[in-house]
Amino acid sequence: MAKITFITSDNESITLEGSSGSVMALAVDNGIKGIDGDCGGVCSCATCHVHVRPEDMEKTGTASEIEADMLELDDNADEFSRLCCQLEIGDHLDGVVLRVAK
Amino acid sequence: MEKSELPDPFEKARVDKGYGELNDQDDPVTMLLRLKDVRKTAHNYKTFQSAAQPGRIVVPSEVNIRDTRQIPFEVDPPVHGEYRAIVEPWFKRPLQAEYQEKLTAQIASLVDEILNKDTVEVVNQFALPLQSRALTLLLNTPFSESETWISWGTHVFRSEGEALDADKANILYDYIDQEIDRAIENPGEDMYSVLLSSDFQGRKLSKDEVKGVMVLTFAGGRDTVINAVTNSIAYLAEHPESLERLRKEPEIAAKAVEEFIRYFSPLTQMGRVVTEDTAVCDHAIKADTRVSLCWASANRDASVFENPNEIVLDRKINPHVGFGFSHHNCLGATHARQILKILLNTLATKVGSIEIQDYKENIESLDEFERKVGYDRINVKFNKLT
Repeated sequence: MAKITFITSDNESITLEGSSGSVMALAVDNGIKGIDGDCGGVCSCATCHVHVRPEDMEKTGTASEIEADMLELDDNADEFSRLCCQLEIGDHLDGVVLRVAK
Repeated sequence: MEKSELPDPFEKARVDKGYGELNDQDDPVTMLLRLKDVRKTAHNYKTFQSAAQPGRIVVPSEVNIRDTRQIPFEVDPPVHGEYRAIVEPWFKRPLQAEYQEKLTAQIASLVDEILNKDTVEVVNQFALPLQSRALTLLLNTPFSESETWISWGTHVFRSEGEALDADKANILYDYIDQEIDRAIENPGEDMYSVLLSSDFQGRKLSKDEVKGVMVLTFAGGRDTVINAVTNSIAYLAEHPESLERLRKEPEIAAKAVEEFIRYFSPLTQMGRVVTEDTAVCDHAIKADTRVSLCWASANRDASVFENPNEIVLDRKINPHVGFGFSHHNCLGATHARQILKILLNTLATKVGSIEIQDYKENIESLDEFERKVGYDRINVKFNKLT
């Protein structure tokens, strides 16, 4: 079980618990504002963009090459950006804080 | 070659030089063929604009058959974003449970109709009615309107087998004008009425702007959805193991839809007008000429997709551009995804097998490339699941 915190663009903080699946699916199932996940999690739409809290980057790791190529063309992207469909939930993600980009 | 295969005609040009050349009605197009170039160009709206003369960014060009600017499609940021913000919530309605229930009922009833018929011509007897009926949900108009749209045939801008056809386009424009007038007199909860009451820059949207959105909605989602549906049926006919897998693992349907969109690429390409002398993959491109973002080629780019010419039903990483990319990505994608997902799940629960009887391929001729986009007609028999 991992506790994952989302901070939306209007500064609402929501903490959810999950044990499997992607972080994107957890967010969509719980109606987190700004996470649309249009493509269902195959890394084609970039509608699940989050900024990882810098100290949590160790837990999430950095974006893969394909993910980075998508993010490269997002004007809001920075070195802490991830597409959260590519973050698989597991104990290693417990406590991470993600700021929703949109 | 398998009957359902869509070969990739762009591979050699994509690998060797990265672009192709197409002379479309004396307004040449440099076709960009690599995924990264297509994405970068789609994102750079300043050098590669959509807000050109109406119809010019479409390939083949529609400048000779229409003056109506399609909105938000033929507008660039920042104004594009203002229009897009108005229409986006409406186009996200397919995510609502009630919308999906209605769509499921429509598709189930259509599949029941064609089950165990000796022959079904998929394009006209299945894909066209499915697309037209589903459009009544997107527009929130009476179901009976679909009869009118079905009577127009598969293309809204061209006659069967003919090039662009202004008379055909006028049928659509006249229809939309009438519907807008009806909505002004008698506002309801349909898309026309909702657009007419929308605020834009401190005023209501004009009739021309509403028409621009409606034309885009009708034109953008017709051939594309029809091809995607027809190609899906052809593929499942030749791949009973995939139909079986969808039956056992319905949860993979969403991934299968993305993979079908990648592989079928229902829209081959979309153009942009170049605003300044520039270069793409070391090829000089002059101001006021056109480039195209060739989604169909980019979606087979082997530097990104493993086994690009195979349908991998549950492909996990699939950064395709079948719905376009960046600012102008497909507004109707949410609706299209729901149609295909519900179609796959419905076929899996009701259909045991599909047999292809005969068919005629629909081949697009693009000068140096010939691309199969689907079928002009394809007769099949659907066998009920027993």
